[in-house]
Amino acid sequence: MQFFWTLVALVVVLGLAWRFLGSYMAAVFEGRVHWLGWLERPVYAALGTSPEQEQSWKRYAGSLIVFSAVSILLTYLIIRTQGSLPLNPQHLGAVSPALSYNTAVSFVTNTNWQNYDGESTMTYMSQMAALTVQQFVSMAVGVAVAIALVRGFARRNSPTIGNFWVDITRCLLYIELPIAFVFGLIFVGQGAVQTLSGPVHIHDILNNMTQVIALGPVGFMEVIKELGTNGGGFFNANGAHPFENPTGLTNFISIVLLLCVGFSLTYTFGKMVGSIRQGVALLAAMVILFSAWVGFSSYSEHVGNPAVAAAGIKSQPTGNMEGKEARFGGTQSALYDIASTQTSTGSVDGSNDSYTAMGGFGLITGMMLGEVSPGGDGSGLYTILIYAIIAVFIGGLMIGRTPEYIRKKIQAKEVKLAGLGALVMPIIVLILAGIAVSVAEGRAGPLNGGPHGFTEILYALVSQANNNGSAFAGLTGNTQFYNVIGSIDMLVGRFGIMIPALALAGSLAKKGAVAESLGTFRTDNGMFVGLVIGVILIIGGLTFFPAVSLGPIVEQLIHSKFF
Amino acid sequence: MLTQIRRSIVLALFCLVFFGLLYPLVGTGVSQVLFKHQADGSITANGSTLIGQNWTSPKFFHGRPDDFGPYAGTGDNPLVANGKSGDSGATNLGPRSRKLETYTEELITYWHKMGVNPTPDLVTTSGSGLDPDITPADAHAEVPMVSKATGLSPKVLDQLVTRETNSAQFGFLGSDYIDVLQLNEALAKME
Repeated sequence: MQFFWTLVALVVVLGLAWRFLGSYMAAVFEGRVHWLGWLERPVYAALGTSPEQEQSWKRYAGSLIVFSAVSILLTYLIIRTQGSLPLNPQHLGAVSPALSYNTAVSFVTNTNWQNYDGESTMTYMSQMAALTVQQFVSMAVGVAVAIALVRGFARRNSPTIGNFWVDITRCLLYIELPIAFVFGLIFVGQGAVQTLSGPVHIHDILNNMTQVIALGPVGFMEVIKELGTNGGGFFNANGAHPFENPTGLTNFISIVLLLCVGFSLTYTFGKMVGSIRQGVALLAAMVILFSAWVGFSSYSEHVGNPAVAAAGIKSQPTGNMEGKEARFGGTQSALYDIASTQTSTGSVDGSNDSYTAMGGFGLITGMMLGEVSPGGDGSGLYTILIYAIIAVFIGGLMIGRTPEYIRKKIQAKEVKLAGLGALVMPIIVLILAGIAVSVAEGRAGPLNGGPHGFTEILYALVSQANNNGSAFAGLTGNTQFYNVIGSIDMLVGRFGIMIPALALAGSLAKKGAVAESLGTFRTDNGMFVGLVIGVILIIGGLTFFPAVSLGPIVEQLIHSKFF
Repeated sequence: MLTQIRRSIVLALFCLVFFGLLYPLVGTGVSQVLFKHQADGSITANGSTLIGQNWTSPKFFHGRPDDFGPYAGTGDNPLVANGKSGDSGATNLGPRSRKLETYTEELITYWHKMGVNPTPDLVTTSGSGLDPDITPADAHAEVPMVSKATGLSPKVLDQLVTRETNSAQFGFLGSDYIDVLQLNEALAKME
């Protein structure tokens, strides 16, 4: 019953966000919002640019790549030199080069894969000036690419797709900053810590024990971690830690923050292309996939943990509680973790590694579908638009007409770019997973034995290629091998899809509009929604079924065997 | 190209100052004014109400087995085995882990020895390794142990548990829970 009301509340809040945040974001990127103009204008002046100076797609992509490279370098330098920087009450030393590089790539690509324990590795300076900054910036970059692609559909005969610098500045100031600040205060009010003093030493006379409790500037990082679909927490335990996610309310707000921008961008899309119905169609595809996965995984966790049952616990009324927190319970934890894996966030409020075989199947397959339900901020929208282009192409083949989408002709060039965008992720995952299981360094990683060990490796590579960052955390990732292949995985998974998406934007923007006729294949009805879902499931299923069947599926099928 | 590099550096530095320093520092300042107790870790006389402790005496209610039984100091507890005791984290043992099965069996034996018929929460570890809470069902299950050690009647203890139960927020967000530290502080006052 509690789960039911949580879902009702979620639908209401997200529905409001979809309508109002969606139209607000459209207004922001169309340049109709100015309340922080006093801050926005000096930034443009310092950059030597202005909203009127538009860029071609190549220049847009060039700016994005150079900016990302500079961000990786700066993040790397801060983490490497953190030992000599201020705000280091624990006197932590520098982070090793391989781990610093992996972490810098991870936060710049919106992945937030963490091969370290936050509280004993990163200084407050690193957490704030290196990691929190990239949690803001990488969200803005993702949303900017999505908006550029939407402009490709919205514009007619245009050589340009917007200005990268202006788009990310607007996203940072008008969308991220106000939401993060307000919810940051709510999180602290609920019990998330926010301080610059070092760990506190406790002596409990009652219990006759001593304890060291790590503190830090956590609450305000926590909200941008969720809002920006980043997922990299201050502490090792991430959203399970009571100082990051103290109450049932913060758990619920986290879920809302994870999902709100991804879903709302479909409204922004509809508004900018002049037909809300087109946005609703994409929203419907996202919601149907998301609901199916929530139902499946919550049920699987509700059934309980087989190892605990085998040890002699007869009934598990609260579901599988291994690796879950008492204040959230089994099913609400599953809701959070599904929301997090389907938005490319990767924060966790429990241990994904201890999920049941089918619960874990829900987590990993949600990512394997390319993070489109609703996906990461921006990346979800541009990836589902890529799938939508493939869907109209297949639809066009079936009825023998040149496909069109949002009044733009979809021709060979667009289909090739969409195909590239859809296949980059599975290709890099399968190649790297093949390498990891073939070499001793790769096989040394897993904590668990049997099929679960293989799932730990596969999960890591799927998670990083999708810029998710959640983990079956038993895997020992802080090795030269996993740091290096992980960063390749993250970079290819991020830019290998962004660049085709921007090329699509450029190519579509140049085209004129085709007149709608009776023969036009409609893309705002149930049939199209079904076609998009079909394309997503078929591409994901065909590419990953063999790999998944060796992991969670076989783990589910073997009864009474333990490893 | 040079323009792009220059713009990238300018914007990266702006973000560093604005979102890396100003945002968290202003946030810290406002939090310290408005919510000082929470921002500093909800520390009370005997520890933080948000961070679990390892209760060993049968005179007190115990929390989740994050740091005792097979998961204590030595052995395979990943929180301890990697030499970083005090860090947060989970065991990460999978649903078909032989080790998880064995540890759970050991915990069941441990609880039986204490006179407790354990609930699932009492034989599974949490996601953070620091879970401060148990559910009302867990606390009621522990009543025989506490009753025997303190001499307080089970009825009085059951009433105490009910009194200390926090319901899920707004009735539906999260689970009903009991803060083990607060429960034990209330218990200590009764003795």
